[in-house]
Amino acid sequence: MQAPAEYAAHADVYYVPPPSIWPIVGSVALLTLAAGFVMVLHQMAAGPLLMALGAAILLVMLCGWFGAVIRESLSGKYDAQVDASFRWGMVWFIFSEVMFFAGFFGALFYARNVALSMLADAQLLWPGFTAAWPTAGPGMKTAITPVEAWGIPAFNTLVLLSSGATLTWAHRGLQRGRPLQLKLGLALTIALGVLFIGLQIHEYGAAAFTIRDGIYGATFYLLTGFHGFHVLLGTVMLSVVLMRSLAGHFTPARHFAFVAVAWYWHFVDVIWLLLFIFVYCL
Amino acid sequence: MIEPKHIDRGVGPYFCAIRSLIALLAGALPASARAEFAVNLPAPASALAQQIFDLHTTILWVCLAILIVVFVPMAIALIRHRRAAGHPAAKFHDNLKVEIAWTLVPVLILIAMAWPATRLVASMKDTSKSDLTIKVTGHQWKWEYEYLGEDIRFISNTSTPTTQIDGGQSKGEHYLLEVDRPLVVPAGQKIRLVLTSSDVIHSWWIPAFGVKQDAIPGFIREAWFTVDKTGTYRGQCAELCGVGHGFMPVVVEVVGDGEFAAWKQQQKALVAAATAGATKTYALAELKALGEKVYGANCAACHQPTGMGIPGAFPALSGSKIATGDRSAHIDRVMNGKANTAMAAFGAQLSDLDLAAVITYERNSWNNATGDLVQPADIAAQRSGSAK
Amino acid sequence: MNSDAIALDDHSHAPSGVMRWLTSTNHKDIGTLYLCFSLLMFFFAGALAMLIRAELFQPGLQLFQPAVFNQLTTMHGLIMIFGAIMPSLVGFANWQVPLMIGASDMAFPRLNNWSFWLLPAAGILLISTFFVPGGALAGGWTMYPPLFIQGGIAYDIAILAVHILGVSSIMGAINIIVTILNMRAPGMTLMKMPMFVWTWLITAFLLVAVMPVLACAITMLLADRNFGTHFFDAAGGGDPVMFQHLFWFFGHPEVYIMILPAFGIVSTIIPTFARKPLFGYVSMVYAVASIAFLSFIVWAHHMFTTGMPLGGQLFFMYTTMLIAIPTGIKVFNWVATLWRGSISFETPMLFALAFVFLFTIGGFSGLVLSLVPVDIQLQDTYYVVAHFHYVLFSGSAMAIMGGVYYWLPKWTGHLYDERLGKIHFWLTAVAFNITFFPMHFLGLAGMPRRIPDYALQFADFNRIASLGAFLLGASQLLWLYIVIKCVRGGAPAGNQPWDGADTLEWTQTSPPPYHSFVIPPLVK
Repeated sequence: MQAPAEYAAHADVYYVPPPSIWPIVGSVALLTLAAGFVMVLHQMAAGPLLMALGAAILLVMLCGWFGAVIRESLSGKYDAQVDASFRWGMVWFIFSEVMFFAGFFGALFYARNVALSMLADAQLLWPGFTAAWPTAGPGMKTAITPVEAWGIPAFNTLVLLSSGATLTWAHRGLQRGRPLQLKLGLALTIALGVLFIGLQIHEYGAAAFTIRDGIYGATFYLLTGFHGFHVLLGTVMLSVVLMRSLAGHFTPARHFAFVAVAWYWHFVDVIWLLLFIFVYCL
Repeated sequence: MIEPKHIDRGVGPYFCAIRSLIALLAGALPASARAEFAVNLPAPASALAQQIFDLHTTILWVCLAILIVVFVPMAIALIRHRRAAGHPAAKFHDNLKVEIAWTLVPVLILIAMAWPATRLVASMKDTSKSDLTIKVTGHQWKWEYEYLGEDIRFISNTSTPTTQIDGGQSKGEHYLLEVDRPLVVPAGQKIRLVLTSSDVIHSWWIPAFGVKQDAIPGFIREAWFTVDKTGTYRGQCAELCGVGHGFMPVVVEVVGDGEFAAWKQQQKALVAAATAGATKTYALAELKALGEKVYGANCAACHQPTGMGIPGAFPALSGSKIATGDRSAHIDRVMNGKANTAMAAFGAQLSDLDLAAVITYERNSWNNATGDLVQPADIAAQRSGSAK
Repeated sequence: MNSDAIALDDHSHAPSGVMRWLTSTNHKDIGTLYLCFSLLMFFFAGALAMLIRAELFQPGLQLFQPAVFNQLTTMHGLIMIFGAIMPSLVGFANWQVPLMIGASDMAFPRLNNWSFWLLPAAGILLISTFFVPGGALAGGWTMYPPLFIQGGIAYDIAILAVHILGVSSIMGAINIIVTILNMRAPGMTLMKMPMFVWTWLITAFLLVAVMPVLACAITMLLADRNFGTHFFDAAGGGDPVMFQHLFWFFGHPEVYIMILPAFGIVSTIIPTFARKPLFGYVSMVYAVASIAFLSFIVWAHHMFTTGMPLGGQLFFMYTTMLIAIPTGIKVFNWVATLWRGSISFETPMLFALAFVFLFTIGGFSGLVLSLVPVDIQLQDTYYVVAHFHYVLFSGSAMAIMGGVYYWLPKWTGHLYDERLGKIHFWLTAVAFNITFFPMHFLGLAGMPRRIPDYALQFADFNRIASLGAFLLGASQLLWLYIVIKCVRGGAPAGNQPWDGADTLEWTQTSPPPYHSFVIPPLVK
């Protein structure tokens, strides 16, 4: 049995947006992007052009779609229930990202702890091969010199952890109505993100092995590469949030866009910590 | 069409009813197509296969019992509790005791089933104390057998003619289940297989032995069997491995000890003859004739007997740059294959003579008329060259 | 309530013509799109199956070269799973979840539209592979390397298509989860939700959890194919079997993604036509949840012949056997729901009853396959083909057909032709069994799956299966006719054509208004 008051609280109309062109534009964008990418992989001339076109359409779609969401938000169409939907949605999106990285970490674990010892056992095929990490595998003679964990990677860990702190500081500023702290904190976080990406690029350039160098190179570059891509994405999103802060879109009470990006940023932080332990240290 | 011989599969009498029922159903079929209606696992030839057979029979009976317990009540409900029969609907929707019972009873049944299965898995995995170890290598689309410790190694190709497959000729008794050189093993001995593959995943399978083991490229997997009854046993590759997957039979001949010893002698003599042949110089016609056979067994599945390939998937050899261009590049491609494609490195699979023959054949067939001759000595030279 | 006016103000004017469908934010329209798309794909992949059975009608190669045959089996599997079964179940979720929980729409209506419109994009990519050099995907829907590495351009196209499908599934699943968690009518606690909604909540959770792992696995394939990595190449320290682990970590939950909503449909239909509440609702919920949980720890039972260590084989055998328990509970509960009911046999009920019986047979063959020694004999044979068609065709697909008959009156406002519906049911049920039951025998006798030609002792059962398949295929044309006829007209359905139904959608008109439950109903 429900109390009538509770019923009334739920009786607000959940905002259902009017028909929108953006989803279909997004589908066309991804189709174009995918077709272009396949053509690039197979060295067809039209590939890069098609990819650029797809990316451009995707960009237009993202601007249009998020623009619509921001306009709706600013005009007060989103009630508490819509806000809860966004929160749940972001939580489950991050969960899907967690599973994506779990797959890669699982592959790393399997390669190191299961496949490697089975390869070493197959002396009939790979005489003299012993299970030792890092390895480029029994069929390649390359010796791998891994990246030293306590150099740039350790510094990068510090960079990302600090960026988490500056972001929390910015959030506190937002909650307590100090716009300067908000903007400064965001700018600092973005700067640290850019610094991280720069150092990663430098590290890639200096590394003594490539993505083609066996399972070590493959897992190293795919794991750190996808993480780096997520940092890049996070930095772009933080920049959007900074611009919206400058435009005064957020109030201490209503600022879900900020919260969502902050969650995402912290998630990327945690992934880096795991990477630092499992890829660089161990 | 030749009727396959009826083999007594040692099936329990309870399947006879099913079989005759199906035979009745199939009465409508043309008589020429009517083979046997096998409805159970084939007759076991090894102890493992026998235990698998028995385990399967047991679980089928268990399933049948559960089926009756569940669906007899359902049938009663469907007949008696119909609205058309005026049955009023009851209102109950819970009964804790019943629900606990039908959770616990299946647990007990499962434990009873898991016990024999566990013991059997353990014995299937136990490859220790074997009498003979054979390395089995899967290739697209043939099996290679190497008797470890002996100087015996050969490739086992399907021997069903393509004319039977495309219907130009009626199909033989062992259609698709026959090879040129079967695996030969002694009866009564524990045979250990170490399996691997040179290209994609294959699966070595003889149903009557209860052995099916994937062959994983770059890894070693093991299996074993002991078969007491001499005879010929047939199976197929069980893992999708490309266009020739359906044409990759496994045939094992189980023979007595004396016969096995004689067979080994014969194999060693064959090896000696091949070594002698490798230094000879051959005429074009000789090489082409041998080359056509080698081509049929190794190349035709992809590049087609016509040399035209399958556009987009497998390149044509007729008029191709490699088969009409530089001779040593052609030898190199055949010997070392091409990475990330189905083109295997045949240098490891074929003898110098076979390689020389097939390359000569390719350079002088279809639209290719280079007139080039490749001798076994050329292959040997390129082999030692690449080893440097 | 003036809020009514606010809502209608914004979006009461659905655009007409093609724009209505391209730009829709309405869960009913998007549900219809999903259902139509899946029907189209069902017939396309079904046509591929007809070609497969035509080639296998007799021994020898008659119609197709092996390369083409492998394309047919691969694309049949891929399109049926990702193009027909999954989208149709999402279509049901779109139509029914908001109606059954008293919500005005899905939580993210625009995202919902994108989830759908990504499907045609992926479908175009997948089907285009039939026309590229080298032909379509031919390495099996499971995409195992190294065979998959050997393929041509079609393989890269397919990887990207599956990526897009994954994005669509993840967004769709998030939408459904959030809708169920956040949009229920006041008073509808979780344990008062209709069974169908429960099954979809858990299914959506599975989707969000495993689709990213598939994305991860096929990304590695793409890298191995194009960027020189060695994830699945032993020479570089990788392992082809690693792909199988990742794939089946996705693939086994995927099996439940395709069957749990079917459970939900059947659990809705049976109480309606037994005129008796679902027996053991609470244990049904827990059973579904435990099946979902177990689905994460059974994956390697698809890989018993790859040669795992003994401990691994035993672990995966035990966990797999455990699934029989919650599955059994569900079957027992359905039978107990029927017991002492007041049963009538309309077409949806016939499909639901056939589901219970035939799915159980599929469950039994699953139990047989769970035993490692028996599985070693039956892995990669037609026995497995029979098994998964019993759970996917007489399981998912027949539940979907039953669900379509059940809700068509609600969706269209018309009653379908009951006489034709029953004929369609009997044709389907009989033809299905003629097609797939003999495959058990073929597998036991030793016929491998995915072969274009077979030894002579398999000829008779193959001929029977092919004849059954042609009948099965033809019967579905009747279904198409019935559905189209019902959409175009028929006797008015009224709000509640089924007297035993008690979920919220039946309180709406048939068809429901463009915006239903703008004011949430109060659930007692």
